[in-house]
Amino acid sequence: MFYREAGVYGPSYAFDLRILRLREDRVALGALLVLAFAVVPFVGTDYWFSAVLVPFLVLALAGIGLNLLTGYAGQLSIGSAAFMAVGAFASYNLTLRIPGLPLLASFALGGVFAALTGVVFGLPSLRIKGFYLCVSTLAAQFFVEWTFTKFSWFSNDNASGVITAPPLVILGHDFGTPSGRYVLTLSIVAVLTLIAKNLVRSRVGRSFMAIRDMDTAAAVIGIPIFRTKLLAFATSSFYCGVAGALWAFAYLGTVEPHGFDLNRSFQILFIIIIGGMGSIAGAFLGAAFIVLLPLLMDNVATAFFAGVIDPGNLENVQKIVFGGLIIFFLIKEPDGLVRLFLIARQKVRLWPLSN
Amino acid sequence: MQFFAEVLVGGLLAGIMYSMVAIGFVLIYKASGVFNFAQGSMVLFAALTFVSIVEKGVGFWSSLAIALAAMLVLAVLVERFVLRALVNRPPITLFMATLGLSYVIQGVAEMLWGSQVHGLDLGIDDVPVYVAGISISRFDLFAAGTATVLVAVLALVFDRTRLGIALRAVADDPLAALGVGIHLERIWAAVWAAAGAVGLVAGLLWGARLGVQFSLSLVVLKALPVLIIGGFSSITGTIVGGLLVGASEKLAEVYVGSHFGGGIENWFPYVFALAFLLVRPTGLFGEQAVERV
Amino acid sequence: MNSIVKHWAAVTVIALSVGCQSKSQPSADSVAAAATLDKGGSGAKPSASGAQYFPLQSYRVGPYAAGGTGFFGGFIDYMQLVNLRDGGVNGVKLTWSECETEYEVERGVECYERLKKGLDGAPPAAFNPLSVGIAYALIDRATVDKNPIITINHGRTDSTDGRVFPYIFPLQLNPYSEVSAITNYIGQREGGLDKLAGKKIVALYHGSPYGKETIPVLDILAKKYGFEIHHIEVPHPGNEQQSQWLEIRRIQPSWVILRGWGVMNPVAIKSAAKIGFPVDHLIGNIWSNSEEDVAPAGAAGKGYLSITTHPAGRDFPVLKDIDKYVLSAGKGNMQDPKRVGSVYYNLGVINGILNVEAVRTAQAKFGKKPLTGQEVRWGFENLNIDDARLKELGAFGLLQQIKLSCEDHEGGGRIRFQQWDGEKWVVVSDWISADRALLRPIIEQSAAKYATEKGIKIRDCAAEAAGTAPAP
Repeated sequence: MFYREAGVYGPSYAFDLRILRLREDRVALGALLVLAFAVVPFVGTDYWFSAVLVPFLVLALAGIGLNLLTGYAGQLSIGSAAFMAVGAFASYNLTLRIPGLPLLASFALGGVFAALTGVVFGLPSLRIKGFYLCVSTLAAQFFVEWTFTKFSWFSNDNASGVITAPPLVILGHDFGTPSGRYVLTLSIVAVLTLIAKNLVRSRVGRSFMAIRDMDTAAAVIGIPIFRTKLLAFATSSFYCGVAGALWAFAYLGTVEPHGFDLNRSFQILFIIIIGGMGSIAGAFLGAAFIVLLPLLMDNVATAFFAGVIDPGNLENVQKIVFGGLIIFFLIKEPDGLVRLFLIARQKVRLWPLSN
Repeated sequence: MQFFAEVLVGGLLAGIMYSMVAIGFVLIYKASGVFNFAQGSMVLFAALTFVSIVEKGVGFWSSLAIALAAMLVLAVLVERFVLRALVNRPPITLFMATLGLSYVIQGVAEMLWGSQVHGLDLGIDDVPVYVAGISISRFDLFAAGTATVLVAVLALVFDRTRLGIALRAVADDPLAALGVGIHLERIWAAVWAAAGAVGLVAGLLWGARLGVQFSLSLVVLKALPVLIIGGFSSITGTIVGGLLVGASEKLAEVYVGSHFGGGIENWFPYVFALAFLLVRPTGLFGEQAVERV
Repeated sequence: MNSIVKHWAAVTVIALSVGCQSKSQPSADSVAAAATLDKGGSGAKPSASGAQYFPLQSYRVGPYAAGGTGFFGGFIDYMQLVNLRDGGVNGVKLTWSECETEYEVERGVECYERLKKGLDGAPPAAFNPLSVGIAYALIDRATVDKNPIITINHGRTDSTDGRVFPYIFPLQLNPYSEVSAITNYIGQREGGLDKLAGKKIVALYHGSPYGKETIPVLDILAKKYGFEIHHIEVPHPGNEQQSQWLEIRRIQPSWVILRGWGVMNPVAIKSAAKIGFPVDHLIGNIWSNSEEDVAPAGAAGKGYLSITTHPAGRDFPVLKDIDKYVLSAGKGNMQDPKRVGSVYYNLGVINGILNVEAVRTAQAKFGKKPLTGQEVRWGFENLNIDDARLKELGAFGLLQQIKLSCEDHEGGGRIRFQQWDGEKWVVVSDWISADRALLRPIIEQSAAKYATEKGIKIRDCAAEAAGTAPAP
């Protein structure tokens, strides 16, 4: 009843190739974007911008990056935080050493540097397959962390190796306020999401999925395996690099190499597994879960249990609940939250009938 | 030359310590195909249980028995609630489940036993022993001896006991094992308990070195290159891999790292493992993956 | 049918949990309500209105929990003492709430954003994150929000220059002062600073920004006094130090300075014993100086030296008062009462004393009421605790004299040395000062560089004091 599926005929190929075929879906997405761009910046509080929305968006972007590599192309990677670090430090150094470089250009170039690093550490993917491939990205993880800690050139010879982000100014407009950072991050993430969505629907995306499903067969039908794998590494690392630059510039305002350690890589891997591998929307759902759930638990715990349980134990309980929920989700819905969402949407489409 | 020998011997012995942790991984991977990332937390939990009970005044061997029992209970619970529900899922799902499990075990360990740092005294004085002019750590020798005993015991179990043969059968072909009447759930619980026991031994040795505290669970990061070089499913492989990783890491730190100001120990084993894999993509003793279209 | 219900339920739960988040954010009311339900553990806190609030970005779990529980335990116990014994600071009671950071930067930032509004109307006085990473991330925000960040015994060295960092206070000791004072002590032990020429010293540091902070100053000191300095890095977390210590044995230094953190400390001590290096020539810095750092090393730790800005022990009037008013009433924060009087606990007490005295100093100017962060900042900057005041506080011998100013946010720069006798720390030296005159130009240069990078105008302290320039 809410959806009009019947009678939707496309008068042209362009109509049929749209990302969202049904008008209802487009209206819903449009409403969401209007809400995000036009309503939230005026209604939200500092806390929501600085501590919830911006990390959610940045982690979703990193999740999209990792999804391109692991979810769509099937190459397991546990080093996504290293590529984020490369993006962050590269953007910082470019902004610092090239006066007058526009902020967006430095983000993009930071992403390019991250992409190059990704290609270098993706080279072993020709020989190594499956689970063993994670050693390459793990090596990237530790090597990149070491490089940025060791060579103080990267952090402008700051004795402690921590960089502080330069002011966020685009075309004279200062985005340094919490709502400004939110709008900046949202715009960049929205544009990159659109690009990613189109990428996975294109020939390139289909070749990624062919390699994931069975790369020997893909080679047989003529997909250039090595080039495609490297392209997957490159695009994935580009996204992670931009996410890293946003993390440093728009979220924390500072970066130390340990902020991009193995735990961050695992966090992003959690995001795509919980959100749903092989799905762009899944990255957003997973990031929402990872960012919001601990905050929700913390707030519930402080509100109801602060007097009864000692704060340290409260934290341990939260850890147990978090781990338990991850296992629960993996048992109940291995395809991730996006599957739940799609099932729900399907129910709404068919309502009041059922399948 | 003497210095080189010292670094080499020290590295070999350190490598054996890494293999101790890696053996736990191998046991579980062999029998259930799961890469158990929670092994680090299990090592921590086992060591914390032991130390806390010892500090309450219970004797060494009784505490050891209680800790072993705790690991058995843990294994049974894990098998019942996690493994059984995730049968036949792709390996990545199982891996993520063990990641979630590691959070749970860490939380339980800290909740039960607190976040204090505990010293662990195994009664071995860590003064150097001099062999042919090279100083070797007495504690490391003891650890190497323990590892040898452990591997021998495991080899005996796998070869001579019914349980061991059943484990090998399950590792080889789970469906066939089912067909022959082997209870898969019991085998999984048994193998997780065995991994827990190995984790306890590793936890005791590492805990005596660093003190029993949260960072104990981070030793698993050093075990990964060992597994990769040795192959995920071979215990001999972990020993050989451990020796290789330990020796190369220490030698590189001293001779190569000094050009960069040091600190390369964290990434060198991984790069070394990576180079290794380029030559042998499934590790030294790992199973060759056969791909069919 | 069953599965449909389950799927809907799952989606609804998720939607509700996301939606509910907006209701449960800055939940000052609910926290205050819970505060009044408080029993035992964190002690009964007064109702928040009309009180001065101290937000606590504490860490009680994770790898550094031992330090966190000790420090925040001492801090809370001291605040409890002020409330119970004195009725607050000039009648203004203290209140606090904890937010677990697990020593992670983004959680520290989230806690800051959540708690900066205050607690049920009580304004925050200052933030004490006890973490270098979190402090760095908060520098910009706190300066804009006008909340002081206190980084006692650590922090960003150039934040000592208050003209560039008006809201950051590395109280008592910054990393450069540590290292300079250690060098002075080594000189003293060798019979004079001139005897250092030609000696070899190794600095074993943790592979992180914190560890690397002091490398340049050690190089400068080495050049000045003519000793040979070797810097050896231990990669985080420092579980394995075999090769580093073999290298040290090859160098054969007279002294090793340990700049460690967490598990690196006991492993360093044990590794030193393993290769036969005399542990009484191993000097631990301010974050390698606690009982938790040396106890796991067991017998190998006997004789280990470390620096401290304050002695351990319960033998001071203020600690006896805490015993009498707080611990005996069952309101102590420490789960293990044996840890009262440990190095971290006493650091927490000292931190409490400094924070409370700053509030008291600010109240003298702004009135005896709950103060804003901006006003408390003035209090910190004009903090002057001399021997007479220390005796009044019951902290003489525990806390050193401290006097801050607009240019100097450190104020102390003196340390003492303690030695582990197998059971406890014993103070073995008198107060040793850092060479602050040598360090000041380096600090000012680094701060000036930061100011140009960020476009910050350097404060004119004289003008502010005269009243011709506004306070930050």
